[in-house]
Amino acid sequence: MVEINLHDRRPSSVVSLSRIDELKRYDVTDEFVTIGSAVPYADMERGTLADLLPALAQAARTVGSPQIRAAGTLGGNLGTCSPAGDGLPVIAALDAVIDIVSSSGERHVPFGEFMTGVKRNSLAPGEIIRSISFPRRNGWQGYAKVGSRNAMVIATASLCLTRSSTAVTVALGAVGPTIIRALDAEAWIAAQCDLSRPIAPDVAREFAERVAQSARPIDDHRSTAAYRRHAVRVLALRLLERSDV
Amino acid sequence: MTTAVSTRLREGTLGTSAVRPDANAKVSGSFAFSSDMWADGMLWGATLRSPHPRARIVSIDVAAALAIDGVSCVITAEDVPGQLTYGLIAQDQPVFARVGDEVRYVGEPVAAVAADHPETCRRALAAIRVDYELLTPITDPEICIAGTEETLHPDGNIFREQRVVHGDQSVTGDIVVEGTYVIGMQDQAFLGLEAALALPDHDGSGVELYIATQWLHEDRKQIAACLGLAEEKVRLVLGGVGGAFGAREDISLQVHTCLLALRTGRPVRIAYDREESFYGHVHRHPATIWMRHHADLDGRIRRVEARVVFDGGAYCSTSPAVLVNGISQIQGPYKCPSATVESWAVRTNNPPCGAMRGFGVVQACFAHESQMDKLAAAVGVDPVEIRLRNAMETGDVLVTGQIVDDVAPVERCIRETAALPMPPMTPDSDDYRDIPGGSGLTADRRHIRRGVGWGVSIKNLMYSEGFDDFSTARCRVDDGVVTIKFATAEVGQGFVMLAQQIARTVLGVDEVLLDTIDTQIGSAGSTSASRQTWMSGGAVDAACRAARERLLDLVAERDGLERDSLSIDDLEITDGLSYRRTVVDAARGLHVDETAEYRHPPTEDLDENGQGNCHVAFAFVAHRAVVDVDLDLGLVKVVQVATAQDVGRVLNPLSCVGQVEGGIAQGLGLAVMEEIVVDEGLVRNPSFTDYLLPTFLDAPEVVTSFVEEFEPKSPLGAKGVGEPPCISVTPAIVNAIRQATGRELPRVPVRPSDICL
Amino acid sequence: MTNHSPPTLDYHLSVNGRQLDVQDAWIGESLLYVLRERLGLPGSKGACEQGECGSCTVVLDGRAVCSCLVLAASAVDSEITTIEGLGSGQALGDVQQAFIDAGGVQCGFCTPGFVVAVHHLLSAHETPNDNEIKEALSGNICRCTGYGRILEAVREVVVRRRKS
Repeated sequence: MVEINLHDRRPSSVVSLSRIDELKRYDVTDEFVTIGSAVPYADMERGTLADLLPALAQAARTVGSPQIRAAGTLGGNLGTCSPAGDGLPVIAALDAVIDIVSSSGERHVPFGEFMTGVKRNSLAPGEIIRSISFPRRNGWQGYAKVGSRNAMVIATASLCLTRSSTAVTVALGAVGPTIIRALDAEAWIAAQCDLSRPIAPDVAREFAERVAQSARPIDDHRSTAAYRRHAVRVLALRLLERSDV
Repeated sequence: MTTAVSTRLREGTLGTSAVRPDANAKVSGSFAFSSDMWADGMLWGATLRSPHPRARIVSIDVAAALAIDGVSCVITAEDVPGQLTYGLIAQDQPVFARVGDEVRYVGEPVAAVAADHPETCRRALAAIRVDYELLTPITDPEICIAGTEETLHPDGNIFREQRVVHGDQSVTGDIVVEGTYVIGMQDQAFLGLEAALALPDHDGSGVELYIATQWLHEDRKQIAACLGLAEEKVRLVLGGVGGAFGAREDISLQVHTCLLALRTGRPVRIAYDREESFYGHVHRHPATIWMRHHADLDGRIRRVEARVVFDGGAYCSTSPAVLVNGISQIQGPYKCPSATVESWAVRTNNPPCGAMRGFGVVQACFAHESQMDKLAAAVGVDPVEIRLRNAMETGDVLVTGQIVDDVAPVERCIRETAALPMPPMTPDSDDYRDIPGGSGLTADRRHIRRGVGWGVSIKNLMYSEGFDDFSTARCRVDDGVVTIKFATAEVGQGFVMLAQQIARTVLGVDEVLLDTIDTQIGSAGSTSASRQTWMSGGAVDAACRAARERLLDLVAERDGLERDSLSIDDLEITDGLSYRRTVVDAARGLHVDETAEYRHPPTEDLDENGQGNCHVAFAFVAHRAVVDVDLDLGLVKVVQVATAQDVGRVLNPLSCVGQVEGGIAQGLGLAVMEEIVVDEGLVRNPSFTDYLLPTFLDAPEVVTSFVEEFEPKSPLGAKGVGEPPCISVTPAIVNAIRQATGRELPRVPVRPSDICL
Repeated sequence: MTNHSPPTLDYHLSVNGRQLDVQDAWIGESLLYVLRERLGLPGSKGACEQGECGSCTVVLDGRAVCSCLVLAASAVDSEITTIEGLGSGQALGDVQQAFIDAGGVQCGFCTPGFVVAVHHLLSAHETPNDNEIKEALSGNICRCTGYGRILEAVREVVVRRRKS
């Protein structure tokens, strides 16, 4: 709708998905939390989904304004595929799968294969995003987002971190053409220490530095590459500290 | 809010928190803003703008646009029947850029269309072919000052160069501090976008324009000149104004809308969207100010030196006046026996800049208040003490040689601000909404450091340098019904309410009607420069007083009473003896109609040394800001702003608080987030997604105290309260961030990277 | 450049309890545009076209949303409440009255969006604290008041409702 309002897009026809109830539901199984692509962010901020996916709840709470969260969805974030999409780092860090359907069947695409670039994804014509399936995972998860206003702001950097007794995952938003998984840092810290115990400060610092080095930020009117990389370092350190529970 | 309201005041009179007459309509959605205007058979208008900061127009082809179904007309510079340019001070801005001439900024109008639907307009604009020969834009003001490049306009590249030489030029200080300060381009960002509805006269000989503006008569003068019509053929009616803050002082869509209506013979509405609004109005001047303060060992200022550069952008607008405002108050609200200032306002290919709340003083204040903290540190006293030692008093002299003969309670403003309660030093909750970064969950309390900072300012009231700055009002009493008429633009500030308060107070009635705000009466001047309470308030007061005297004459005559014994007591006319009738009752059958003009004492131009009595009056204010800063991420939350403001007299307590709190939010915006990012003449963030305004969660607690010392020069004893709140709050916040971080932070808005990298 | 007309539609919207006809409307029109320009309901205001100001807030099926971001034609099955649907006849609602009493109205352009948002907030949450109020209204920009008087207005409504 913004693209229409700003004259960037002129639809010749519009198909509304708003009557498809299936897209507005979520399901919880032993294996997955599957969230319909049209479930609004407001429904993720609290309640069952927030209990199951606290990082998603934290991300949802940073999306735009309350009015936007009442209407905005993960499906929208995925369809647009802006690197600053607030829900995307959570999808990436939690290894969620995108459930895609079309008249010819369905397919399930890991997020890393779904988002292909700035505002680009692997959705084919005729396909719609039905849902997003988050594997259920024990351990800690958290999200943080930097913007230069205290509410209703586009991310200049965001980060989702999960931690179990055996692995840490980290995904970065707004600091590259796609959401970036800091795989090097993830592997390094898993090899470095026992994740079931508090992490030593020097290890945490080195981890944060490695996460920062995985970012591929740019300068734009919202911020600078240097600040974005710095912010990623700070967020990685703080979230890792928070995960020491 | 600490102002006590006397219970003896009658509800709705001066000194009470009278309710706005437009409040019911505004809360129920029925108030008609200019964008809500509608007429049968109305067409939509839209404007084609240059995408280039500097280019020569080789050709314009509108044929394809005209061929689109639903398009009624396309107009260009060739269709402007009168003067081809307009402007408040110099008429240097084209209605449309002409073939063969240059466009000088991104967004300069090239053509306009009228069509049956906004979408048709959009398609028509896309179909207009304009060939541009691209030229290298000049976007660095220093190039213009150096005079090494070709001129961008026949009027030259310098809007004004002005020096100030005052006092002993050989004075130096035992203590010297200096710095260079940079102020970014701020947008007024009123919410009610530019919109107008033009209705052509049936015979095409004139036009009526419903318009959201700050100054109906000045608009009419400029519109009529461009339309080639006599002023009386152009009638302006104020459409509901959704905020102004200076951005509606210049012409934007007025001439285009009228031209389209006259060409098509149908009503035409133009309504900008947010992006076009960023291109369609002037902004606050970005500025670079170098200052050096010389002081004695106690920190008493002996001399200031300054070099001031304001980037006026492509067209003149009010740049010369903005510059003079800044440099004439560059010393701040402090004693300063000598000064040496050189200054320029220049033309570049950046967006045009002009009036915004604070008008040049915002920039100067950021510089002098940054300097005052440096001076305090150099002397080894605290920021309050340094300001008290230098505080201006009545009778002190500005660097222009003008004696400040107003009430000047600078010391009181500072001391009363200091006495206001501080917020708790250790916040009692870990609520993320209290922590910088908010719902982004970026920090815990332990990552946060608190800072406290100060800012104090002086702001001139009314227009300056010899401008004939009058206001007109009319008061009629018909059969006991009081009606007030004026052309004062109500932009949200509440003059409509104040006019009623004045009439109720002077005439002893409760019901006061307001006539349409239009050009069917003399000018009220602009709703700017904190001038309408003083100027139009003075005019309404004078008209009501004249009406009261005339009414008492008629009552005395009719009822056989001694005229000199009659007076109005509360709601009644009495002779002090047995005669006592309500004003409404006594006025039945009588008709009074009085018009008054209010003028302030004349002012003078500055001479070549910047000397002269150029201002009418001054108001003062102090701000203390408390901020929380995330040192590692550079995020800031302004916790509290305390302020004591010199207002002369509080005429409407609630309204004054509203002005103070709103101004503080705007000053906060400039301090930490608001900036139009311009890169080689291109605006990078013309939207509310990227031009960030303070939200509810960014707004601090505001603790307000009003310093009431009746101003004898003012007709109501009151000073304008609109501008001072937004001026020194910006440096107060930045000084607080400096205190928390130890950083110099010479530039606003302060960006996160300025704090943590 | 194509010269054919853009696609149009006829449909109904349910606004403030009434079924209203929309005829021959371009498919790309937002709910805000249709309310203001086609249905004679100009109380909802537009100021940013991208959901960054809240001036156009309406309640759509029980959720407060930005009507500038709703494709009007997709709202055919929805129940829409606008500022014109609040209050009761000529009388002001308590939220509206509190905005006046507390001095929360200056230019008034943001006011309808705020009033709708406050109504919605208080229907879901009867006694919000200051931070909850601020967060719930952080999508509504006010450029005049600095929010202080608006906060006061919401507090007053909460107190008055608790008393009554």
